[in-house]
Amino acid sequence: MNMVDITAAQAAYRDELVESGLLIPTGVDGLYGRSGVFEDVVERFDALVTRWGGQDGAEVMRFPPALNRQYFEESEYLKSFPHLAGTIHAFGGDEKAHRTLLRRLEEGQDWTEDQVATDVVMTPAACYPVYPTIAQRGALPGDGKLIDVFSYCFRREPSIDPARMQLFRMREYIRIGTPDQVVEFRELWLERGREMMGSLEVPLDVDVANDPFFGRAGAMLSSSQREQKLKFELLIPITSNEKPTACLSFNYHQDHFGHLWDIHTADGGVAHTACVGFGMERVALALFRHHGFDPAQWPASVRKVLWG
Amino acid sequence: MVAGIRSVLAECGGLAVDAGTLAIDDDLYSAGLTSHGCVGLMLGLEEQFDVEFPEKLLNRRTFESIAAIRDAVRGLVDGGEA
Repeated sequence: MNMVDITAAQAAYRDELVESGLLIPTGVDGLYGRSGVFEDVVERFDALVTRWGGQDGAEVMRFPPALNRQYFEESEYLKSFPHLAGTIHAFGGDEKAHRTLLRRLEEGQDWTEDQVATDVVMTPAACYPVYPTIAQRGALPGDGKLIDVFSYCFRREPSIDPARMQLFRMREYIRIGTPDQVVEFRELWLERGREMMGSLEVPLDVDVANDPFFGRAGAMLSSSQREQKLKFELLIPITSNEKPTACLSFNYHQDHFGHLWDIHTADGGVAHTACVGFGMERVALALFRHHGFDPAQWPASVRKVLWG
Repeated sequence: MVAGIRSVLAECGGLAVDAGTLAIDDDLYSAGLTSHGCVGLMLGLEEQFDVEFPEKLLNRRTFESIAAIRDAVRGLVDGGEA
């Protein structure tokens, strides 16, 4: 399947989803409303994740989909992904500036140039607020920390692929601790992820992956990430068999975030971190693709896993 | 060239040890070179030697030791690829 065919398949699936009412278009690629049926699937999958991971004693944290700009700056996200970041700007002028803004708006000119950066930035991945929060608490307990987060995330990558949204939800478990604790967590979830998604009767594969780092520095980081097998993805075909979609990811950050925010283990070492992320919309889209647009007609075994 | 590589390593590599004490075959990753440190090192080497690493050299092996870096840079300076 070449690029033209892939793009056509993505557009066709998006059109089907819109026509069926599962996705509600907004006029912006990658920005959709969701129907009640779509949301029910997301909620049931969210509950399934809790069934698999909820006994591990994670501390639940729920953040809004925006991040303290200072945390964002400290995260060095702009070094690696400047092209995906979404910063929030707002009007900060006086009445004269307001009149200018309205005039420009009316005349169809650019009215945004006097907007100023606020102290919030869109959350690029659900785990970003967690590291500075944990760092502030001081050294980790002996058994480290396990955190459960769930948030809308923003990435500026408009696409007609319904599986590449600009605003989407990510559930995550994050492990912070010694290298051994963190690696054990990731191994556990690689196994669990496979088994859990297998129970939903979708075709899947797990493979080494890399993040979409920016530029030539990014090429270096990507190849390094692959060589060290720091990222795995659980892939399910949605609009293409040749290029299946990453629906879960298993990431080992080594001591990157531990260093950035000075997170220490009980024995004084720099903390290592790992996370497992669940792409909620992508999983829902995969289920609709493989079992049809009407969950009432899904195989009884799959319905039992999700609805009990 | 090795002296130039050592000075870029000291400045950009973020190593845990003194770059001057490393043997040319020592593993730089064992000496504390991280992925992000490697990016700084790559950019520093490009500036120091006025070369540009092609994408196929942008991997961990190219920067694993002073000797490996020397061979790669030499290849680029000579106009070929290491």
